[in-house]
Amino acid sequence: MSPESVPSPAVPVAVAPAAAAAVVELDDVSVVYGKNEALSRVTTQFPLGAVGLLGPNGAGKSTMIKALLGFVVPTRGQMQVFGLDVRHKAAAIRARIGYMPENDSHIPGMNAVTFVAYCGQLSGLPPVDAMQRAHEVLYYVGLGEARYRNVETYSTGMKQRIKLAQALVHDPDLLFLDEPTNGMDPKGRDEMLALIHDLAHAKRVNLILSSHLLPDVEHTCDHVIVMDKGRIATQGPIATLKGSGGSVFELRIKGDLPSFLDVLRSQGLDAHGTDEDVMRVLVPAGRTARDLFMMAASHKVQVRHLRPSVPTLEDVFIDAIEGGPRADS
Amino acid sequence: MPIHDQSYRHYTGERRPVRSAWTVIARTGIVSFASRRAFLALMLVAWIPFIVRASQLFLASNFSQATFLVASPQTFRDFLGQQGLFVFLVTVYVGSGLIANDRRANALQLYLSKPVTRAEYILGKMSILATFLLAVTWLPALLLLALQVAFSGSFTFMTANSSLLASVTLYAFAQVIVITFGMTALSSLSRSSRFVGILFAGLLLFSDAMFNALKFITGSSAISWVSVQASLDQVGDVLFRQAPRHQTPVAVSFLVLLAVVIVSLSVLERRVRGVEVVA
Repeated sequence: MSPESVPSPAVPVAVAPAAAAAVVELDDVSVVYGKNEALSRVTTQFPLGAVGLLGPNGAGKSTMIKALLGFVVPTRGQMQVFGLDVRHKAAAIRARIGYMPENDSHIPGMNAVTFVAYCGQLSGLPPVDAMQRAHEVLYYVGLGEARYRNVETYSTGMKQRIKLAQALVHDPDLLFLDEPTNGMDPKGRDEMLALIHDLAHAKRVNLILSSHLLPDVEHTCDHVIVMDKGRIATQGPIATLKGSGGSVFELRIKGDLPSFLDVLRSQGLDAHGTDEDVMRVLVPAGRTARDLFMMAASHKVQVRHLRPSVPTLEDVFIDAIEGGPRADS
Repeated sequence: MPIHDQSYRHYTGERRPVRSAWTVIARTGIVSFASRRAFLALMLVAWIPFIVRASQLFLASNFSQATFLVASPQTFRDFLGQQGLFVFLVTVYVGSGLIANDRRANALQLYLSKPVTRAEYILGKMSILATFLLAVTWLPALLLLALQVAFSGSFTFMTANSSLLASVTLYAFAQVIVITFGMTALSSLSRSSRFVGILFAGLLLFSDAMFNALKFITGSSAISWVSVQASLDQVGDVLFRQAPRHQTPVAVSFLVLLAVVIVSLSVLERRVRGVEVVA
């Protein structure tokens, strides 16, 4: 081993126990593009494991990742990854991070295995190791048979996979996945989610998955941070967020659905329509389905169907965005 | 247990320290171009003037009838001047896509998400072009000097022209630095390497044409600072201790070349980023 070479940690997650509570910390971080404040005084922590960064388009998810990578400089606040300051230790941090960007990106003129090996070398792997790892990760992401094809001839789904491969080649301690299922067909999407789930839960790779697709986050992550308009709307373990704040009912009525939704909301219930005449209603703890029937009766609305439902991340998301009872969880 | 585990495995090998990524970029780029037949053909053609000059040195050293071919500092100055055509062709072939192709493929965010700084990225890309340019200017000129000593069998020429080695080196590096900075900056301005190539040729030819037109109108070559090539020629003449060919003060020509480098750095600083922010 050369005197300057750095041994790779045998343990996948090289975070000191003292800092193990959070891999990423943001303290009062703001990012401004011109007059638009993309991140507004965000303070949060990303724990170990798989964390979903959820929010509608324009919520500030990608901006947060780009700020953590050092692509954009915050106008205020501090960011730390593995306890290292992003402003001063950017290169050391990026050596331990894998980034799968949202949009189509590759190094032109290379086949897949050369491309991934090249990315490995850029991340500090010796050429021989980088090439060996490139073959391994390409098999892992399902591109083993296509690894000698030029990346520019790949389909959208294959391009998503190769972006994951280049992010994985140097065995990062933390993966940033920005909309990893973008543009994929349903089968490819399921396979990509299975890969991410396997990485997070079987291979114990820390990851931050940024997505506006709730099922993607719900399927792969244990913890979620919901963003809206550049702020943190809610955060916590998904199971806890889904389990708090009462019960959910699926309701079908005969009558004016929008006006009945307004009635429910005026009574402090969180309700949103999901179909032409179907709505999901969150009934807070202490109130029951009987209250729904009474409200319907008093407003001359006929309840055709009422079924207890399982709280989903969508309920949490809508609560967080609309400021419902779960938003403060 | 499977014979070969094709699942994901954690890496336990060595990692090189950060700050060495530019060498990876440079090496990969050089190997990539060197494996293209068309480019190799261009490089071979670029060495034909070297063979001609080497023959000249051989004849002058070994045949008394060929004394009119005897080498002088002007021989080396002329050789580097003749290589200008190949400098142009190699610059367009190698340089136009250096950053433009990465911008087209959104590769900058991949590079800069690795432990690669913007300076390292630019240095790595510039090293590719600079290597090939030095290979058609400095390297053959140095070999010619070595051949001159070898063919004549003495160091007389070298001792009589002790500054020639420095002149060759300084001029070749000045030429390579200015052109490398300029072309890399131009390459960062577009996503199309074809457009960059045309832009480079246009700028070079337009500035030269403008200089010649103004020279014709004014009857003076004091305006040579409008042309990058003329400024390089002017500085080259001084480095080879020859009378400057234009009436422009050499300091002005030098400042023009310095300005090209500074403007290029400024362009690269603005254009080479992980994200493009449109405010």
